[in-house]
Amino acid sequence: MATIFVPTPLRRLTGGQSKVTIEADTVREVLEKLEASYPGVKERLLDDDGEIKRFINVFVDGEEIRSLQGEATVVGVKSEVSIIPAMAGG
Amino acid sequence: MTIAALKSLPTDRQSLEAAMAQALYQEGNFLRKPVSILDRVGDTPLLKVCNLSTEWGVSPAVEVYAKAEWFNPGGSVKDRAALSIIEEAERRGWLTKDKILIDSTSGNTGIAYGWIAASKGYRVTLVMPENVSEERKKTLRAYGVELIFTSPFEGSDGAIKRVREIVAAEPERYCYANQYDNPANWQAHFLGTGPEIWSQTQGTLTHFLAGIGTSGTLMGTARFLRCMDPEIEIIGVQPEDELSVIEGLKHLESSIVPGIYEDSLLDRTLFVGSAEAYEMTRALSIREGWFVGFSAGAAMHAALSLARSLEEGVIVTVLPDGGAKYLSLID
Repeated sequence: MATIFVPTPLRRLTGGQSKVTIEADTVREVLEKLEASYPGVKERLLDDDGEIKRFINVFVDGEEIRSLQGEATVVGVKSEVSIIPAMAGG
Repeated sequence: MTIAALKSLPTDRQSLEAAMAQALYQEGNFLRKPVSILDRVGDTPLLKVCNLSTEWGVSPAVEVYAKAEWFNPGGSVKDRAALSIIEEAERRGWLTKDKILIDSTSGNTGIAYGWIAASKGYRVTLVMPENVSEERKKTLRAYGVELIFTSPFEGSDGAIKRVREIVAAEPERYCYANQYDNPANWQAHFLGTGPEIWSQTQGTLTHFLAGIGTSGTLMGTARFLRCMDPEIEIIGVQPEDELSVIEGLKHLESSIVPGIYEDSLLDRTLFVGSAEAYEMTRALSIREGWFVGFSAGAAMHAALSLARSLEEGVIVTVLPDGGAKYLSLID
């Protein structure tokens, strides 16, 4: 199962968990399953066109998915998926 | 100039240039003395929004103005707060040459501390999330700043917690600037930004908006403006939800609320999405010729949305920084 690292702002939706494990083959599937378990996650991560919001970076095993295959990027059983928003205030 | 004076002008180029140089000098245009770079903080231009007001269908009786804070020496509004914080710490004896100035920052305040401390001869250590852009890291290192990185998952709140631990472990080693809780932050705007806006609009403004990062700009400016005219409407600008991330702005409901933030100073809050902020940032470059950062785009989106809903008024907002630090984020 892949490990998903959750940033602080999203932990309100994951019951405070900083990482969760999910069985998925692609980033798209990771997002679907996150939404199923923690409703509201997808709305926070995707824009109106269904794309990952501009200032949010998703990394699979250290590579940003925009430089890979986007949401179709393959997620392995031991992959680490990190969701990292840009900087806030100050 | 009279015909007689024209006739007496030298006809050869060299003599003409010499006469012009003398005249310019006598009018005082060359009499400005050298200044310290510190003297150039603040007193920024107030620019009028022209093309975008028309495109947004804003009533001709509504004027929208922007404080162009990228004119500060460090390139952002944060020069004001950082200078105020440092000089207050000097006055109180908290900052001395044997201490290290330390704070957490996501960027602009760090750059401001960096150049001001370099100019005054202090050492600086900054704590920031590791995913701060490379431009920021390189700029800070150029000023000789020492950087400590925290987990990107914890965002700027993680950096705040870490700096508190570092200072608690060795309090005698550091002067903790604490921009989020330090009154010298908002006081910079009470003494600077507020009076400048009042003077530049000749007291005619009806609405003031600013994005909330540490909230210093909004708190200090609002306090001054309220003293001058209690009817001025004060509006905060925040990202629409916790992941509509706009660099430099805070979503207060999901963040550590700055100690200097006072909700009662605001009449209301406008929320802006990251896509809207991005589009407006582009529009400001292309339509007004102002190459600004994303928090400026967010502030202007809120300002023009408000402007469109009014029949008359004078709206002022603050554009915190220029666009050069964000080049790696632009398509």
